[in-house]
Amino acid sequence: MANPSTTLPGVPDATGTEPHREGGGSVYVYQIPIRLWHWATVAAISTLALTGYFIGSPLPSVGGEASDSFLFGYIRSAHFIAGYVLAIGLVARTWWALVGNVHARQIYTVPVRDPKFLDELWWQVRWYSFLASEPRKHVGHNPLARLTMFFLFLQTALFLSVTGLALYSEGEGIESWQYKAFGWVFSLFGSSQRVHTLHHVGMWVMLLFVMTHVYAAIREDIMGRASILSTMISGWRNFRDTRE
Amino acid sequence: MDTFFDVLRRQGISRRSFVKFCSLTATSLGLGAGFSARMAHAMETKPRIPVLWLHGLECTCCSESFIRSAHPLAKDVVLSMLSLDYDDTLMAAAGFQAEAILDQTMKEYKGKYIVAVEGNPPLGEDGNYCMVGGRPFVDRLKEVCEDAMAVISWGACASWGCVQAAKPNPTKATPVHEVIRNKPIIKVPGCPPIAEVMTGVVSYILTFDRLPELDRMGRPKMFYSQRIHDKCYRRPHFDAGQFVEAWDDENARKGHCLYKMGCRGPTTYNACSTVRWNGGVSFPIQSGHGCIGCSEPDFWDNGPFYQRLSNIHPFMVEGTADSVGAKVAGGVGVAIAAHAAMSAVRQAQRAAPGSSSSSSKGDSK
Ligand code: HEM
Ligand code: HEM
Ligand code: SF4
Repeated sequence: MANPSTTLPGVPDATGTEPHREGGGSVYVYQIPIRLWHWATVAAISTLALTGYFIGSPLPSVGGEASDSFLFGYIRSAHFIAGYVLAIGLVARTWWALVGNVHARQIYTVPVRDPKFLDELWWQVRWYSFLASEPRKHVGHNPLARLTMFFLFLQTALFLSVTGLALYSEGEGIESWQYKAFGWVFSLFGSSQRVHTLHHVGMWVMLLFVMTHVYAAIREDIMGRASILSTMISGWRNFRDTRE
Repeated sequence: MDTFFDVLRRQGISRRSFVKFCSLTATSLGLGAGFSARMAHAMETKPRIPVLWLHGLECTCCSESFIRSAHPLAKDVVLSMLSLDYDDTLMAAAGFQAEAILDQTMKEYKGKYIVAVEGNPPLGEDGNYCMVGGRPFVDRLKEVCEDAMAVISWGACASWGCVQAAKPNPTKATPVHEVIRNKPIIKVPGCPPIAEVMTGVVSYILTFDRLPELDRMGRPKMFYSQRIHDKCYRRPHFDAGQFVEAWDDENARKGHCLYKMGCRGPTTYNACSTVRWNGGVSFPIQSGHGCIGCSEPDFWDNGPFYQRLSNIHPFMVEGTADSVGAKVAGGVGVAIAAHAAMSAVRQAQRAAPGSSSSSSKGDSK
């Protein structure tokens, strides 16, 4: 790993607050909690999507006595456990946004009025449209990634957690803390069945994020000017060239 | 003034039968043993509360259910306690005579009577889709509720709108609580509600002079705080993963869970799986048919009834979240594949010797 303190002056990163470090150099971007959270969330969402699908369309009926089997019960339990991992993870991630480094805050905001952000966003759109021959350098997320993480991931994850906890509260009963905290969801959307449907639609929105996210991560890792995949493992962003 | 008991005695009801009714009702309300005596006492000593029973856009299934209450006394509850000072379906009087009774009760018992509404007012075309006594029902509803002590919304119509309010709701049928906003309203949803639930609610109000405790949707907690699914006797099959897959399959004969056949028990708050119907004889699931969720808001729009997942209608197509989601995801998948292919070509061009990409205009900042 190259010396992380190598800097070239004058090139601010995507957040506009830190100097750009490069020269084939490396920057420490994602702190340990972020990386742990990322992979825990990946595991949770994969479990949730799989079990959630089977909650909506159960597997073929099991034979034998009812007392000999608890298949659907286990599928639902797995969903609820993974659901709590996702929801508590989101809360913890939000806390880390407040206390972590500047990159930890990126997915929580979209600086729509920052001309530099908009300029880089436009560049990134051109890069994906094959109109620019090279992407720009970003220490944190590229602007387009940041947009999708804010709108497609964060909002959807919040929506799924809130509607999920509301559905969970129905099993716990109307005296439970879950119902007291999330019962308003049913007043908002009208009925329990509606909330089920919307929760289910949320899954597909989340899957759209995952598809584009994974594709973009792999593509940029190959075609971009800096490490991507290894960054979410080691935390270090390694730049591959010294140009601006 | 007459008490309930006086009225009942005049109908030839024995005291024994009366006490039985009180204990049955107290039990179905989930009240302890002491309460049946309290209820009997209240009914013996308190002046009866007049009830005005209005009918808007509806099918009268609530009334039909009500008069079929399990305990024989319930019909007397209808015909004597309530029968009401006014009920256009059940009362003997008709025409001007009937309307006169309504006016009289409203004046005499100002602020002390209960309005029970069956059906709902359609607001479209100035309310002209439902005329009662020559006037739009909505006007009369507002008028009668003005001096009421409380309002009972009987059934899915009054509580949520029901079939006449299903999309596209051409008459703008509107649930009672969206028209009457300044009175305590108790919703007793169902299409129809269970008879014992109806008489239970009325008896509670009459005995204790207050509305029963309501949940966040305005329904009495004692009957609507749990889902059908929470107390369904087929629930062990649900947890085991044993489902009916077709109406005539082996699992249907064995009485497995009806979830895959569209049972709405998991999303429906009602007392069917405990109180049951027709004097506790059975309820839909016991008879092999899934719950259709008739006590839930918008249940007509959450169909089809025999399909687990409700249909949605985004971009003018109809399908479940899964069928629509899979199509969209498929489209995005194809787009990603195409983009990946173009990217691979681009990458190959860049890697090719003599490539000019790094010095093209894209390179300039
Ligand atoms: C990425 C996140 C999630 C996905 C993709 C997801 C997916 C799903 C799906 C597809 C269903 C079936 C809906 C239906 O058609 O009835 C479902 C049901 C449910 N989910 Fe989630 N969910 C997620 C998060 C959560 C969370 C955070 C919780 C909270 C504990 C949760 C709790 C539930 C509950 C209680 C049900 C209803 C189970 C039942 O009725 O038996 N979900 N979920
Ligand atoms: C359920 C699936 C996934 C979700 C919900 C998800 C979500 C996220 C989110 C929210 C971030 C932003 C992290 C932050 O700033 O806090 C992120 C970054 C990242 N994710 Fe994922 N992710 C998923 C799957 C994956 C997979 C399968 C890979 C690997 C192929 C991956 C690779 C990455 C990488 C490399 C980054 C950092 C991007 C960068 O360096 O700018 N993700 N992901
Ligand atoms: S039959 Fe319906 S209510 Fe009963 S356990 Fe199955 S899904 Fe639940």
